[in-house]
Amino acid sequence: MSRDQLSRVFAALADPTRRDLVARLSLGDATVGDLAAPYQVTVQAVSKHLKVLEEAGLVTRGRDAQRRPVHLEAEVLGVMTAWIERYRAQAEERFRRLDELLERMAADEEELDEEETS
Amino acid sequence: MSSTNKTEIIASDKAPSIVIIREFDAPRERVFRAWTDPELYAQWVGPRSVSTKITKWSVRTGGEWAFTNIRDGEEIASFFGSFHEVRAPERVVWTFTWEGEPDGVSLETMTFEELDGGRTRITTLSVAESFEIRDQILASGMEVGVIEGYEKLDEILARSA
Repeated sequence: MSRDQLSRVFAALADPTRRDLVARLSLGDATVGDLAAPYQVTVQAVSKHLKVLEEAGLVTRGRDAQRRPVHLEAEVLGVMTAWIERYRAQAEERFRRLDELLERMAADEEELDEEETS
Repeated sequence: MSSTNKTEIIASDKAPSIVIIREFDAPRERVFRAWTDPELYAQWVGPRSVSTKITKWSVRTGGEWAFTNIRDGEEIASFFGSFHEVRAPERVVWTFTWEGEPDGVSLETMTFEELDGGRTRITTLSVAESFEIRDQILASGMEVGVIEGYEKLDEILARSA
């Protein structure tokens, strides 16, 4: 169950509109209408995205029958973000080493050019 | 400035894949060489605390590769695979297996794209066998192991249900 859940969270966050919705919900709870307003899409389309986020456990809906405000479960997001961020940081560490190597290679090439021209 | 080059990670919902994108302030030929010359590759791959010993490296279509990570004189992990395609200076495709999970294999495609100003973008696409394995790979670097991570997630999800 938990691994399926994890995949659902990754899948939910793979979509740019849903990432944007999550970013906006991180500022505070909002109704579906509030969330749909800045997009060129219908309330129904935003509701569909919210359903995916809800099934992943990333958002919950308030009990207020009229407004049903959407609430971001920041802790769930935090766990996932930490995993991906950690993975990203490891890749970044590798690539910084590659940056340094590429600089050394450039310096070696310059030296070689100078030897050839002198 | 290399400090402005940010690594981007995308975990897709369409396929059990991980995409890593990064730009480099160096021309494509040089970046390709740093990736395919075994002596150069060993200098940057892996975290700083680990050194890499390359044991096989036939960098050509159909060739094989293998390397071992060493920390404080101790072998901590070994990996192997085949070069499915080597097309200088734009593309390398290889299979990738961690010896700790010898039946597992992912397919990795590295694309080297020439950018303006003598810069290069590398896109690495890794495709695992299942979403479950992809997620384990994503979580593999965590200090808390994957199991504790799942337990923590279970707890949180149970609370938010």
